[in-house]
Amino acid sequence: MTATVRIPTPLRSATDGAATVGVDGTTVGEVLRSLDAAHPGVAGRILDDSGGKVRRFVNVFVDDEDIRFAGGLETAVPDGATVSIIPAVAGG
Amino acid sequence: MTYVQALQCRECGRRVDVAATHACEFCFGPLEVVYDYDAMRGVVTRERIEAGPPTLWRYADLLPVLDGPADTRDAGRVDLGAGFTPLVPAPRLGAAIGLDDLWIKNDTLNPTGAFKDRVVSVALTAARHLGFDTAACASTGNLAQSVAAHAAASGMRAIVLVPADLEQAKILATAVYGPTLVAVKGTYDDVNRLCGELADAYGWAFVNVNVRPFYAEGSKTIGFEIAEQLGWRLPDHVVAPMASGAMLVKIEKAFRELIDLELVDDRACRVSGAQASGCSPITTAYANGGDSILPVRPDTIAKSLAIGDPADGYYALEAVDRSGGVMDDASDPEIIHGIKLLARTEGIFGETAAGVTIAVLRKLAAQGHLAPGDRTVAVVSGTGLKTTDAVAPTVGPTFEITPSLDEFQSALSLQGSA
Repeated sequence: MTATVRIPTPLRSATDGAATVGVDGTTVGEVLRSLDAAHPGVAGRILDDSGGKVRRFVNVFVDDEDIRFAGGLETAVPDGATVSIIPAVAGG
Repeated sequence: MTYVQALQCRECGRRVDVAATHACEFCFGPLEVVYDYDAMRGVVTRERIEAGPPTLWRYADLLPVLDGPADTRDAGRVDLGAGFTPLVPAPRLGAAIGLDDLWIKNDTLNPTGAFKDRVVSVALTAARHLGFDTAACASTGNLAQSVAAHAAASGMRAIVLVPADLEQAKILATAVYGPTLVAVKGTYDDVNRLCGELADAYGWAFVNVNVRPFYAEGSKTIGFEIAEQLGWRLPDHVVAPMASGAMLVKIEKAFRELIDLELVDDRACRVSGAQASGCSPITTAYANGGDSILPVRPDTIAKSLAIGDPADGYYALEAVDRSGGVMDDASDPEIIHGIKLLARTEGIFGETAAGVTIAVLRKLAAQGHLAPGDRTVAVVSGTGLKTTDAVAPTVGPTFEITPSLDEFQSALSLQGSA
């Protein structure tokens, strides 16, 4: 099961500059673990210090679904899906 | 000289040089402008501020102005005259809801009719200093109009993205300035997410994304003005609307800065927040004890507050908690009632966000959170002329007649007996 992870600019220093990375995994948690295996240290930037939750200023989407509306790190990642990691932005 | 030193992450405290960036490279926390307050002491005085222009730029020393000597840097400002709006006593509204010393901060009187002119003037000024020639934003409407207007007046290109279902008046009032106006089929949060990705791909100044640290500072001027207009004195209580929560956070910050610089006496001012019940992620977190904000899908007539994923929500909770304030929310019928109550007691036609603020103000007074004698300021953040749809079903001509004196008198007497 392969997913494409879209890497935001601030995180590309940890992915050797790559804007997208293809990794395996059937849930968001697995995808992030695979991403961290390929680029050690990435998961620590996305997950809080306990490692069990996404940091509060990081938004993660599976295709167009915000995982906070779905199953969090347990959200299913279908084959070929795009996982987007996006810093929270303010409004108006 | 500029007092700006760096940008600092509000979450982990890491510092970076001043640049067009909004998120911490380490933890994605929001970056905030750091000033050299020690250098301001004794220099930034009441007299210096009072000698400034009757706009938000009288507080330039306390804003993220990035280059040029203090007294010549206004040359590069993007300025339509935003800020220094009237702070007016509201005795008739106060009498209606049981408050004896109520004031309205009337931000409907900004150049495009909303407080957003403050943040946009500051954001685009910083953007120009950072070398941008294109301004962009995601907007629930007011920001779109303000960015389009300020960009037009400063010769910048504007790219503005809004939800396609926005009020028609806000679409027209933005399009007239000639921006590239993109109507996106989705909610504000969908539009914002797209902008987060566009900001990575294009070298534009997205006021609410990559130049947000500068943009957000503009809201402090509401707090500065309230204090100065009360004779350099903080009120007892301020009630402000919340969308992302940033405005409330910055008002509370402004009060702390004024105290720190000894421009006002150190006295407690409670800051309270208002949301629409149909989009209340922050007030819901407050009611639940406050350490987790869950995003919502908005369903409210208060579209200017319809941000389901409020980026400054955690800081709004902290600011309200630190200042001893409270939070509450208002239903759509309560919002409409609030709009009409403000208009019919004080002659100020506010938009739906104002209806939210007045409705919550009324609740807080009724619940005893506001004492009758408290000097209370309600922030009315935008004009009702942009959200006439909200009140259209409940207001209209009192009677319709042919041009006849008899018919007039008959209709008037019928109204009197009704």
